[in-house]
Amino acid sequence: MKCRKCDRPAVFNMRQHKLALCEVHYPEWFVAQAERAIEKYHMFGPDERVLVAVSGGKDSLALWDVLLKLGYRADGLYIDLGIDDGTGYSAASREKVEQFAARRTKARFTVVDVKAEYGETLPEVARRVRRGRGKPCSVCGLIKRHVMNRVTRDGGYDALATGHNLDDEVAVLFGNVLHWQTGYIARQAPVLPASDEGLARKVKPFCRLYEREMAAYTLITGIDYIYDECPYAVGATSLRHKGVLNRMEEESPGTKLQFYLSFLRARKAWFFCEQAEAVELHPCTNCGQATSVPGLCAFCRLWERV
Amino acid sequence: MKIIYRDQEWELDGRRRVRDVIKEVGLVPQTVLAIRDGKLLTEDVMLDKDDEIKLIAVISGG
Repeated sequence: MKCRKCDRPAVFNMRQHKLALCEVHYPEWFVAQAERAIEKYHMFGPDERVLVAVSGGKDSLALWDVLLKLGYRADGLYIDLGIDDGTGYSAASREKVEQFAARRTKARFTVVDVKAEYGETLPEVARRVRRGRGKPCSVCGLIKRHVMNRVTRDGGYDALATGHNLDDEVAVLFGNVLHWQTGYIARQAPVLPASDEGLARKVKPFCRLYEREMAAYTLITGIDYIYDECPYAVGATSLRHKGVLNRMEEESPGTKLQFYLSFLRARKAWFFCEQAEAVELHPCTNCGQATSVPGLCAFCRLWERV
Repeated sequence: MKIIYRDQEWELDGRRRVRDVIKEVGLVPQTVLAIRDGKLLTEDVMLDKDDEIKLIAVISGG
C-alpha cells in the first residue's frame, strides 16, 4: 500500500477515510486535523493560554505535543492520584509526563499531589466514602474535574484541554443513549463554554480522531506513554462499549465517526436544548466552585471527615 | 512467525497478511496496530515465516 501523497510505503491506513499515509505525511495530517477542529469549534485562539490535562497516556501526551507544535501557549497539569496497589501506576505515569516535558523546552507543567493537598490518595478516599465503594472511578472523576477546574481558573488559563478522542466520545454517547440520559447527552460537546458560576471552558481537540489514530501518531512520532491500563479500569462499562463499537466499525468502516457527527448535527439543531437549560448551578459554600445542589459540593463532601 | 500481544505469544506457520494474522489470534483488527522492527505496518503487508510481530492495543481509558 502506497502513501496517498507520495511514493513511500504507507504505514497507516484509515479505512473510514479511504486514506493511507506514510510516516512523514501521517503526522502532518494528524496535526492538521486537530488544528481544524480547534478552529471549527472555536476552542481557543492563538493568544489564549491553554491548560492540558496530562495523564501520561497516549491521548493527553499526543494532545500536548500537537498544541506545542502548533505554537499554542499550552502548559500541562498532572494530577497525582496516588494509585499504587502494587502496580506503581501513578508513579509510572508521572514519570512519562516528566520525560515528555524534559525533551521539550516549552513544556512546563504543574503537579497536584492529591494526598499532599487533601490528606488521602484516591484509593484511600474511595475506600472510606460510599461513592467509591466497589470501584473508585466515580471518585476519581470527581477529584479530577474539581482539580482541573481549580487550576485552570487559578492559573488564569482561558481553556482546559483534554485528550478525549472519538472513541471516548462515542462510547459515552452510546452509553447515554442506551439509558436515554438526555441531560448528559445535552451536555456532551467538543466545547463546553465557561460559565458565570465559575466553570472553566473545556475543549476536546481530538474529538473527531479515532483512538487508533492517536496510537499510530504516538508510535510514529516516538512519544513514550504509559501503555498499561489504570488497574481500576478493568471491566469498565466504557471499555465494553468501545468493544461493541469497534466490532461494528470493523464490519462497516466509518460507523463511529458518523454516529458522532450525526449527533453533533442533531445537537446543533437543538434536539436536546430543554435538557441542557434545566441545570441550575450554585457556588459551593466551602470552595466556591459550581455545584448543582446548594451547600457543599460533592468534592468538598469527600473530605469532610479527613 | 512469532506474534506478541501483551503477555501472550503465538507461533504461526507460513506467509500471511497482517490483517489475517490479527484475526487468526482472535483479535479485532480495529483494536490493534502491528509493529515489525519498530515500524508500523498496514494490514495488507505480507509477513514471512521468520517475522516477529508485536501487536499494540489501541484502546485505553475506563
